[in-house]
Amino acid sequence: MTTSSYQAISIELRHCAKTFPDGTRVLHDLDLEIYPGETLVLLGPSGCGKTTTLRLIAGLETPDTGGQVLFNGQDVTALDIAKRNVGMVFQSYALFPNMTVAENVGYGLRIQKLPADQQKQRVGEMLEMMRLTKLANRHIDQLSGGQRQRVALARAIATRPRVLLLDEPLTALDAQLRDSLRVEINLLLRQLGITAVYVTHDQSEAMALGDRIVVMAEGRISQIGTPRQIYHQPKNDFVADFIGTMNRVQGNISLRRFTCPAGSLAVQADDKEQAELMFRPEDVRVSTELHDDGLQGNVSASFYLGDRTRLLVDIGQERHIVVESAARCELQPGQRVVMNLGNQAALVA
Amino acid sequence: MKPKKLSFALQLIFSLCVCGFLIIPVVMSALAGLTVNYFVGLESGLTLRWIVEVWHAYGDTISRSIGISLACLVVTLVLGVPAAYVLARRSNRITRAFEELLMLPIAVPGLATALALVSVYGSVGEFRGSWTFILVGHVLFTLPFMVRAVLAVMLTLNLKTLEEGAASLGASHWQRFAHVVLPNCRHGIVAGALMVLTLSIGEFNLTWLLHTPYTKTLPVGLADAYASMRLEVGSAYTLIFFVIIVPLLVATQALAKPRTRKFIDKAPATPGLALVKS
Repeated sequence: MTTSSYQAISIELRHCAKTFPDGTRVLHDLDLEIYPGETLVLLGPSGCGKTTTLRLIAGLETPDTGGQVLFNGQDVTALDIAKRNVGMVFQSYALFPNMTVAENVGYGLRIQKLPADQQKQRVGEMLEMMRLTKLANRHIDQLSGGQRQRVALARAIATRPRVLLLDEPLTALDAQLRDSLRVEINLLLRQLGITAVYVTHDQSEAMALGDRIVVMAEGRISQIGTPRQIYHQPKNDFVADFIGTMNRVQGNISLRRFTCPAGSLAVQADDKEQAELMFRPEDVRVSTELHDDGLQGNVSASFYLGDRTRLLVDIGQERHIVVESAARCELQPGQRVVMNLGNQAALVA
Repeated sequence: MKPKKLSFALQLIFSLCVCGFLIIPVVMSALAGLTVNYFVGLESGLTLRWIVEVWHAYGDTISRSIGISLACLVVTLVLGVPAAYVLARRSNRITRAFEELLMLPIAVPGLATALALVSVYGSVGEFRGSWTFILVGHVLFTLPFMVRAVLAVMLTLNLKTLEEGAASLGASHWQRFAHVVLPNCRHGIVAGALMVLTLSIGEFNLTWLLHTPYTKTLPVGLADAYASMRLEVGSAYTLIFFVIIVPLLVATQALAKPRTRKFIDKAPATPGLALVKS
């Protein structure tokens, strides 16, 4: 299979809102551009509108009047899913129980009325690529979850679709399988160079797979950016808290120093009477050598996680500070520590 | 372990008694149809005379019954499968009301349904006198069984997603229905077909009122034979009925299981089976 077999098209959503017949507004006037060949991840809690957005792109839902879906600049809003030439992987896989693995993979080709020998050849290629050749004549109910997942992927890409759409494809699997399949999907998407839209509520999945991530909340886009941007420069509280853990400390800033009852540290921000300092647990350096620079507090709990140790530090405010430190950290609850932040690790709001 | 053995023996005796209670009349009836004189007993000898007599007198009722039941099967398939599909795909107040409505011909005594048909269409001479008049009654009565059986299987499948999957691969409405919906509902369709065939062949209540002397069916003829002829003739008739219905049932059942598949095992028992003919 060569990369050139797959086209990489751009997708654009213009003013796409969606109201369900019962009056629920699940999407508010959404504008979104997906670049050719990129993997865009729609991330958010359930009910945020991410699946509806995917279904709009697929053609399984139509946007409210005025909304437009464009593939490579061409308006496909009125086009039925069957005519959009999209490949789709469903959360429940939607594999046909009455067909074998090979028949499932070849179904799209059968519909396209591809000559029989070409069908056979393409199905063979797909099965080999997804390591399913030995299972070709099995029925769907004789497959494990991971195998079903791979059949669903093979079926979706067999027709060489213009876009690959994946709706929480790993949710139904157990954690270990999820990790290995995530790597597999990632490799596949890179190899194909196909424009892909991936829906998930799992942030680590989003981070691992997305060229860009769209964080959604309550039918609106909260932020679009690369995984780094989303993690290190969250645009708002929702994004900051939804992705990873964010520590927050109240205080003030004067002369490029943030000061609060627990201490002070240098920040790159202008003076502010009431400021909020935000930082990630892994950006904190903890030390038992007490000094004036940094925030002081008492370790309130320590969780050994194998590859690292998570500490909770009480600095006198309601929410304790979460700190990720090295696995061999020997700090015990009750010990007094001072915390400092690396360069550019602090966000100020 | 004596008490265990005793309880097993008691259970066995009980089971055999129940079996005997049910099977002996069947055997006696079959024997009656083959005995020269039932009142004298087996010593009067065995004969096929009664069977031949029935064949001559009522042969047309047998072929008519089979014809009507097959026609009934075709009509219930054409009407029932799409109806079940709509009920499965669109669950709203209207479809639920429709489902209830569909069950009415089972709840209402067959006699009442037949009376309604006769009082409205009785004056339409050609229709009233033809076998299609009986067919209408049979379809009314058997359609809910087909719909229920197919619907039960459809509800265990995630039809919406399956169809969306097929659509994403370019399949049209018709292709989705033919390639995905129908084959995956085969089990329900076969179960429904079995119900419809057997119910239609054995239907008496409705047919008793709907038939004319020229459109007698097998059960009507059977009643006729028992009422007006020798007991041996009626019994021979039963024997013929039995010989016809059993292979039919076996053949239909065989269609249901070319492949054993897990997802089908999970399908609930057909609700129609729990309903008793009114």
